[in-house]
Amino acid sequence: MSAPAVTPDPLHLVLGEEELLVERAVRAALEAARLADPEAELRRVRVTEITPAELAEMLSPSLFAEGRVVVLDAAQEVGKEIAEAVTTYAKQPADGVVLVVVHTGGGRSKAAKDLPGALRKAGARLTECAKITKPSEREAFVRDEVRRAGGRIDPAGVAALVEAVGQDLRELASAAGQLVADAGGKIGEAEVRRYHRGRAEVTGFVVAEKAVTGDRVGALEALRWALHLGVAHVLIADALADAVRTIARVSAVGRADPFRLAGELGMPPWKVKKAQAQARGWNQDGLAAAMQVVADLNAEVKGVAADPGYALERAVLRILDAHQPR
Amino acid sequence: MTPAVTTGVWADVVGQPEAVRVLLEAARAALHFTSGRSAAPGAMTHAWLFTGPPGSGRSVAARSFAAALQCTGDAEEPGCGECSACRTAVAGTHADVRVVVPEGLSISVSEMRSLVQVAARRPTTGRWQVVLIEDADRLTEGAANALLKAVEEPPARTVFLLCAPSDHPDDVSVTIRSRCRVLSLGTPSPAAIADVLHRRDGLDPQTAEWAASVCGGHVGRARRLATDDEARRRRESVLRIPLGLRRFADVFPASDDLVRSAESEAKTVSGTLDEAEREALQTAMGAGGTGKGTASATRGAKGALKDLERRQKSRATRTQRDALDRALVDLAGFYRDVLLAAFGADAPLAHPDKAEDVRAAAGQWTPESALRRLEAVLACREALDMNVKPRIAVEALVTALHTGR
Ligand SMILES: [Zn+2]
Repeated sequence: MSAPAVTPDPLHLVLGEEELLVERAVRAALEAARLADPEAELRRVRVTEITPAELAEMLSPSLFAEGRVVVLDAAQEVGKEIAEAVTTYAKQPADGVVLVVVHTGGGRSKAAKDLPGALRKAGARLTECAKITKPSEREAFVRDEVRRAGGRIDPAGVAALVEAVGQDLRELASAAGQLVADAGGKIGEAEVRRYHRGRAEVTGFVVAEKAVTGDRVGALEALRWALHLGVAHVLIADALADAVRTIARVSAVGRADPFRLAGELGMPPWKVKKAQAQARGWNQDGLAAAMQVVADLNAEVKGVAADPGYALERAVLRILDAHQPR
Repeated sequence: MTPAVTTGVWADVVGQPEAVRVLLEAARAALHFTSGRSAAPGAMTHAWLFTGPPGSGRSVAARSFAAALQCTGDAEEPGCGECSACRTAVAGTHADVRVVVPEGLSISVSEMRSLVQVAARRPTTGRWQVVLIEDADRLTEGAANALLKAVEEPPARTVFLLCAPSDHPDDVSVTIRSRCRVLSLGTPSPAAIADVLHRRDGLDPQTAEWAASVCGGHVGRARRLATDDEARRRRESVLRIPLGLRRFADVFPASDDLVRSAESEAKTVSGTLDEAEREALQTAMGAGGTGKGTASATRGAKGALKDLERRQKSRATRTQRDALDRALVDLAGFYRDVLLAAFGADAPLAHPDKAEDVRAAAGQWTPESALRRLEAVLACREALDMNVKPRIAVEALVTALHTGR
């Protein structure tokens, strides 16, 4: 397929602090440039890290007329000299070069504050990426995401998704994409719930895996995420118990061929193999302690504990404490 | 002390002379009442609560009392054991004795309501309408409320006999308790148990004595151990665990063994029962019939079958848990024996036939670690009581038994 005869906008201003949107705008500019010239190269720097000479070099057309996309990050920190150079260049952009200026909209110096205005006057294509703070903006974002992925979502579905996933745009975007891929075009509350139940099991499993490998930050984060998603406490407790008991069983029989052990232990070989790797972080005292923790936890999530979420967190911390190299 | 009554239906009430005296007196008073003669005021009560430790024979005592209430034999010694009323009452087939044995985990409200209705009828053949509830501690709250109404205002000729283990006193509602006359049974002595195994069940004195000495005061358990090879084999394998945990690797085979043997015991118990019940139900519903109304009858039968299967499943869970608990009681006894040996205490052992193992263990472990092991067993029993998955609870227990920490 031959490239369509389009000339990409030579000048872009990406304005705002919403990281996901900023990244998308930059990627869109790059893709547009590559539509015209698939070989176009990308150069990306922070404005504070280049000299005017380097900038001039970057923005001058190459001898062989190859396309180039120059991204200047953190333009709100720009110095006077570079700001002047950019403004001057903007009035007469070079052929085959696309300049993308990424600016939060703020800035301390006058030069930095004036830069967006100057670029707009010079005809830069503006992409607004203001931080999304209001619920209505977040809902609009979700609707757009689903539409981008080729689907439609009703208001109840939007509410359910925001409730289940939380406020992080990246998570929302990936959930929206996944939902359209899994559930097809039309998405309502039921599809969202089904999707998250599927994820729930995986989530308990992730908590367990991080806990038994001693990843303190990761385990606690995964646990909070799981609790936030509303994963049943019992499911997380079961996943923890299964992970600890599997390691204990595998390490009790000593090192041996996973395929031979698989039959003996009644587990698939990959599970044995993984547990053998995880077992390196455990000694017998630690395993004994962890087994007691998961047994206690099983009772706690079945109604003994007043706050099962807290019981889970304490259990994860205890497992992490019991984890130590042998 | 009154000499023990060991004739008629009372012979089954093992090692409870005081309870038998009270019940016999009440049965006599009841007889006077039904025959129109005056009775000592307060001697007869319409609601009884039989409590006692597991195995003390609560339901046996209640059945014997029910028989005595219906007995048509000697009026001064009710409960002759020979008249048809006594025999059918003990067997649970007497028309005026309803025996409720909760097969699931609890007795439902609807079951209790229909029971209360039956209880209000006049006795058909006997003197009293007797309702015997074997595990009153497993009543749901709704069922307990339905029962309470009947117990508070009992029909003139109705007697409620409730049974509940004394180690779960809180499980029977305070209000129901307060409306009942409480009959507390104690743990029968080994001598009394050996005596009944020998004289009633015809076991040789040696076997009877051994079984009585290792059953923890549980008459049914003693009978089982004396007559069932499989039960003896299971006890042996459980009591091999404490000294068998030499390496960490020994933990999992031992745990598997405990859990699997409880499972298989439950399967043996329920397997035969399940099939018989299913057949009985199918016969009753006229399975395989043709003609008018068959389709709707089949739908009804399917519902009933589903209901039966649900009950059977919950009974299997219960049986399995009970079997596991029995193994844990045996284990606890072993560690208790080790503690006694460590302190040189002169108390009867739970497992006198394992005295040698007990001494060996007492030589290996500090008293503190033996105590921790005992506590771990008790904690595991509690965990199972709270529905912790058996495998998780047992593996954690056996690990603790291995480390002693
Ligand atoms: Zn009789």
